[in-house]
Amino acid sequence: MSVVNTKKLCKAYQLGSFNLSVLCDIDLEIEQGQYVAIMGPSGSGKSTLLNLLGCLDKPSSGKYFLDGKDVSSLDDNELSLIRGNRIGFIFQSYNLINQLNVIENIELPMYYQGMSESKSAARARELAAKVGLGDRVKHRPFELSGGQQQRVAIARAIANDPVIILADEPTGNLDSASGADILSILDDLHQQGKTLIVVTHDEEIASRTQRIIHLLDGRIEREIHNGN
Amino acid sequence: MLLFRLKHTIELGAKSLWMHRLRSSLTILGVVFGVCSVIAMLAIGEGASRQAQDSIEKLGSRNIIIETVKPPEQQKDSGNVEKVRNYGLTYSDAESIRNTLKSVEVAVPVRIISQAARYNSRKVAVNVLGTVPWYEEVSSIKIIDGRFLSAIDLKHQLAVCVVDEQVARKLFTFDDPIGLDVKIQGYYYRVVGITGKSVDSEMTDAFSDSKVVSKSNGGVIGNIYVPITTAKCRFSEFSFQMSGNSRNAERVELQKIIIKVGSNEEVLPTRDVLDSLLSRLHKKQDYRIVVPLELLRQAAQTRRIFSIVLGSIAAISLLVGGIGIMNIMLATVSERTREIGIRRAIGARKWDIIIQFLSETLMLTLVGGILGIVLGTFIPFLVTHFGHMPTVITPISLILAFGISVGIGIIFGLYPACRAANMDPIKSLRHE
Ligand SMILES: Nc1ncnc2c1ncn2[C@@H]1O[C@H](COP(=O)(O)OP(=O)(O)OP(=O)(O)O)[C@@H](O)[C@H]1O
Ligand SMILES: [Mg+2]
Repeated sequence: MSVVNTKKLCKAYQLGSFNLSVLCDIDLEIEQGQYVAIMGPSGSGKSTLLNLLGCLDKPSSGKYFLDGKDVSSLDDNELSLIRGNRIGFIFQSYNLINQLNVIENIELPMYYQGMSESKSAARARELAAKVGLGDRVKHRPFELSGGQQQRVAIARAIANDPVIILADEPTGNLDSASGADILSILDDLHQQGKTLIVVTHDEEIASRTQRIIHLLDGRIEREIHNGN
Repeated sequence: MLLFRLKHTIELGAKSLWMHRLRSSLTILGVVFGVCSVIAMLAIGEGASRQAQDSIEKLGSRNIIIETVKPPEQQKDSGNVEKVRNYGLTYSDAESIRNTLKSVEVAVPVRIISQAARYNSRKVAVNVLGTVPWYEEVSSIKIIDGRFLSAIDLKHQLAVCVVDEQVARKLFTFDDPIGLDVKIQGYYYRVVGITGKSVDSEMTDAFSDSKVVSKSNGGVIGNIYVPITTAKCRFSEFSFQMSGNSRNAERVELQKIIIKVGSNEEVLPTRDVLDSLLSRLHKKQDYRIVVPLELLRQAAQTRRIFSIVLGSIAAISLLVGGIGIMNIMLATVSERTREIGIRRAIGARKWDIIIQFLSETLMLTLVGGILGIVLGTFIPFLVTHFGHMPTVITPISLILAFGISVGIGIIFGLYPACRAANMDPIKSLRHE
């Protein structure tokens, strides 16, 4: 069964009397464990699509089945719950919370799911070690490099063992060396069977994935299936 | 579980507040002053009303006090002739009251003469009160040594006296006054008893405090009680004053008549009868009727108004504090828009966000409330110490102030918190 399944998904913004269609008729199916890249020129709707897939945004029309469940008509609380335990977000600008240290940042999604303190602390430690930050658990985000921050963000994204991991230009703010670190972590996640959807401008990143979806003006222009 | 969430929320709130130490402490200060002023105002109000209450109760709730007042000066028809003005209460007034009013249990005539009392080489200014043995029944004085005036003293016009504590201390210092003689206007009086501190037998105006009275009395330190019969034959009822080039003499028999009735209910009807009786007996308005019970009721009324006024002043300062909090929280929310977006993206419900910001506000107001209570219990002491005003801190005022500060936290924290919770996650994430 496909993890992501959209039917004629549309997103339009009402700007005064003018109806701006940002995404139109997106039919997308992504299988469990697939590694997918979304590409396209700026303004083509990549982030908008990712937000819809991540249940941060509601479609104007169309249906979205996440893990077999129709989420296009859920209310805010239910969507929050799904964001917390089904979806992991990785942002271009890391988006860690400044007043919290590494461990606390990683713990946060587990906290919102009501996990007990001892469990979440143990898991956060484990995840920090997994992304190579076992020795920096007490550091606050501004004491870390961009690459390190993004690794914390990845640890946070996978804390609740989500069904899909969404990354919006995860290496966009990084130099190539730390970008490569991040990409290898994503590769690892893929190896472990996670479903990954990555928005990128970078052909090289796209080439690591199994499938590249090109967006143009809010529509799927073409799809490329990579060999691997 | 719940405990953990609570701990987590508090920890998180504390961290965020700590990030903006200056801002948080300034906000707290607003609440501190608000709470503190509520407590201080209530304490001052309560202190003032208790004091009024106490002094009125000392006058006796079943008492009616008739005082001599100087009638308004009539236009003098003759220029500088020596002239005697007769006014005020008389012995016959006391007699008529005793005879005509059935509800009256006792009627106590009182003469007050300001004099110097001497013992050995010492001399103090006192009020000599000529009165009757049953004066005890209408006043709050207590005999602490010896006895009060007796019927025999009265009947035989004996030269005895009872001094109060202040006089005993000032005049006799280390000697035991009982059995000693005090000299007043050339006559000696044997001290037969000592009463407790007579705060202000002069005082019928419930709202002036004892210090003011003693100042206006020209250094009078206390009372000496003598039988009224003795006073009548030893002290002149005349007093002389120079005004302009005319010498005026005044004659006043009694300064006061204190009446006690059987019950509180009889006080007001008796007052009315008394009024009509005296207005028949006196052509001039040279007396005044004071009803402590009425004063007591007026005091209660005044106290209510006082409390309302003070309360609203304090409430306004709390309101200002509350608005300050709201202002800061709104600024905090918009400053942390991105953080809110992040939290929403990783699974926080609206409710979680509300709790987060509301608890931050509550922490500010709680800390402010506690500090306010500490400061607020301290300030009344300063007021009492330096301002010489009585203050009473009631537990209810502490609870009230604390409750209000928490209430302010919830009321003024709710709007910013809801605003935070209702922000669109995507827009918040884009926010810089
Ligand atoms: N809230 C909004 N109101 C109106 N238009 C919007 C809104 N959000 C996005 N858009 C429009 O939607 C279009 C797609 O935006 P989106 O952020 O998805 O582009 P993108 O493909 O991610 O671009 P980039 O590569 O620059 O990040 C843009 O033209 C943008 O102007
Ligand atoms: Mg984008």
